[in-house]
Amino acid sequence: MTVQKLPMVKAINESLRHALAADPKVLVMGEDVGRLGGVFRVTDGLQKEFGDERVLDTPLAESGIVGTAIGLALRGYRPVVEIQFDGFVFPAYDQIVTQLAKMRARSLGKVRLPVVIRIPYGGGIGAVEHHSESPEALFAHVAGLKVVTPSNARDAYWMMRQAVGGDDPVIFFEPKRRYWDKDEVDPGATPLPLHRAVVARPGEDLTLAAYGPMVKVCLDAARAAAEEGRSLEVLDLRSLSPLDFDTVQTSVEKTRRLVTVHEAPVFFGAGAEIAARVTERSFYHLEAPVLRVGGYHSPYPPSRLEETYLPDLDRVLDAVDRALAY
Amino acid sequence: MTTGTVQFLNHEGELTSHPDYEAEISPDGLRKLYHDMAWSRRMDAEAVTLQRQGELGLWPSLLGQEAAQIGASHALGAADYVFPSYRDHGIALCRGVDPLDLLRMFRGVTNGGWDPAEKNFHLYTLVIGSQVLHATGYAMGLAKDGAQGAVLTCFGDGATSQGDVSEAFNFAAVYHAPVVFFCQNNQWAISEANERQTRVPLHQRADGFGFPGVRVDGNDVLACLAVTRWALERARSGEGPTLIEAFTYRMGAHTTSDDPLRYRDGEEVAYWNLRDPLARLRTLLEARGWADGAYFDTVAAQCEESALDLRGRLRATPDPDPGDIFAHVHADGHALVDEERARFAAYQATFADAAGRGE
Ligand SMILES: Cc1ncc(C[n+]2csc(CCOP(=O)(O)OP(=O)(O)O)c2C)c(N)n1
Repeated sequence: MTVQKLPMVKAINESLRHALAADPKVLVMGEDVGRLGGVFRVTDGLQKEFGDERVLDTPLAESGIVGTAIGLALRGYRPVVEIQFDGFVFPAYDQIVTQLAKMRARSLGKVRLPVVIRIPYGGGIGAVEHHSESPEALFAHVAGLKVVTPSNARDAYWMMRQAVGGDDPVIFFEPKRRYWDKDEVDPGATPLPLHRAVVARPGEDLTLAAYGPMVKVCLDAARAAAEEGRSLEVLDLRSLSPLDFDTVQTSVEKTRRLVTVHEAPVFFGAGAEIAARVTERSFYHLEAPVLRVGGYHSPYPPSRLEETYLPDLDRVLDAVDRALAY
Repeated sequence: MTTGTVQFLNHEGELTSHPDYEAEISPDGLRKLYHDMAWSRRMDAEAVTLQRQGELGLWPSLLGQEAAQIGASHALGAADYVFPSYRDHGIALCRGVDPLDLLRMFRGVTNGGWDPAEKNFHLYTLVIGSQVLHATGYAMGLAKDGAQGAVLTCFGDGATSQGDVSEAFNFAAVYHAPVVFFCQNNQWAISEANERQTRVPLHQRADGFGFPGVRVDGNDVLACLAVTRWALERARSGEGPTLIEAFTYRMGAHTTSDDPLRYRDGEEVAYWNLRDPLARLRTLLEARGWADGAYFDTVAAQCEESALDLRGRLRATPDPDPGDIFAHVHADGHALVDEERARFAAYQATFADAAGRGE
């Protein structure tokens, strides 16, 4: 593959193709990932190319998928499993939390569990219930798991390669509303470390910290704010566990104001952790309290209300106004 | 226990009988079955069209499964309770649920939308297999209360792979719960064929849990009715659970988002087309002189009218009020939800103010 402009689905597809070709121990598993190529076509063509011993259509059982992936990993395989939608990961939650996350520590590091769990997540595609949720905090809260989420196709390609290449369990959240957004992917490039946050847009007056689907919203907000003479810096966190606090700290100590933005409910969310850390690390640099923009403490609404529920440019800019008013 | 597939009406429209079960064969009853199948098919087609026109976000079609659903529905008594999956529109109609309520959910104006207790018909469940445990628990409750009814719960062949469903089977057996497990084996779980879910015929699963399992011709409305009636009667009279595997076929796509051409061939669809559940009942009704062309025209016209009415009502369905995001989350209130609701209202009001000032 040469440098190409790819939508995120295709970028992940290429990344998995690379992983399958490079290492015979890599497996792709999940519901409908084979013949159909996944409901989002992320695994399109992989079974045809690598056969059904490498790309497995599994029974409809998430606990089964993750539980057997653990067993396969114990046997030296490197399974990359797909959970079809965010809201359907919970039958597997027990296996992920009580087994996958803890086995390495329990074995005093003897056991390696290189299992990647891909979860298309988040709203904005007009889906029915359980198809738009953002459960990332539930996983980031669990020790033993790494939790990452790309915001664009280029990162998706590289972060998947790194996740599959690593020896730890990784929960890989794919922002489904960005699946069809294109970006340039250069397989010959040198990627950033998997858990490094990046400055997606530099600025002086305030930092917006976001990840996954909300990075684009924040970039749009920063562009809109620039027209009013405000310079917003946008961070793409990329990894929630571990979270690159150094990059956050550097940015906040420069701009002195921070707004966190995610789709998941604000209450007990990623933004709360970031706000607490920033208060600990950079208290004397702050000109305003850290403000959080995110979902409400209510079930994800039916699709006709999701535009109201999801943070948009206006809600981000409203928080920016409030932070700058201090 | 029966091992073959129970059938009363073969795909040529000929009536047979079965030593173990009794079917409804009065002309009136058959016409009612036909009517309900025709209406569920027409309503389903309307929903597919409405989805194509952007009125619905998604629709899981029941096409091909009318006999399974209408047969099972006609076995239900008023006191019985149904825990459906998400494709059981035919059963919903028979229970008296307004089809608009079904459409509203797939339009995205509600995540549920009806009071389950009103028609003894629970909300649709989208997480595969979850409702099978709820049904079992509800049946355990019925039994504890010494109440009259039994429970019918529906799920697909794919769902049988879920731990929840096996756990439900076991609880039902252990507690002797009055529940009928009605599996509509439509051969596919999205793109995955039956053999990706199971290597034994599904009805045989029941054996290992200690209750009877029966396979019926799921495209034969009489077989579905007879066996479900028998199983519900067993449940009501304290003989415990039954698994029914209605062997049928999903003629359409999994949902309107799905493309079945990617995973199954036309030959298979053609085979099942010959086994169409409505066509065979119509053949029987005509052959016996129990219904004529005029009757079928009348049914079609009625369905057409109801579909038109449904379309009009759906189109007139407004979007929900944004404040609904905070409605009904808790029974006893929740300070954080109240706080967020108030802040949300104040924020929304800033737009109204701006609009009011003509900005
Ligand atoms: C727990 C869970 N996992 C995955 C899905 C996604 N999904 C929706 S329908 C479906 C296939 C269901 O097949 P089956 O149980 O046979 O029912 P059918 O649709 O054929 O009636 C899948 C995998 C889901 N809804 N819930």
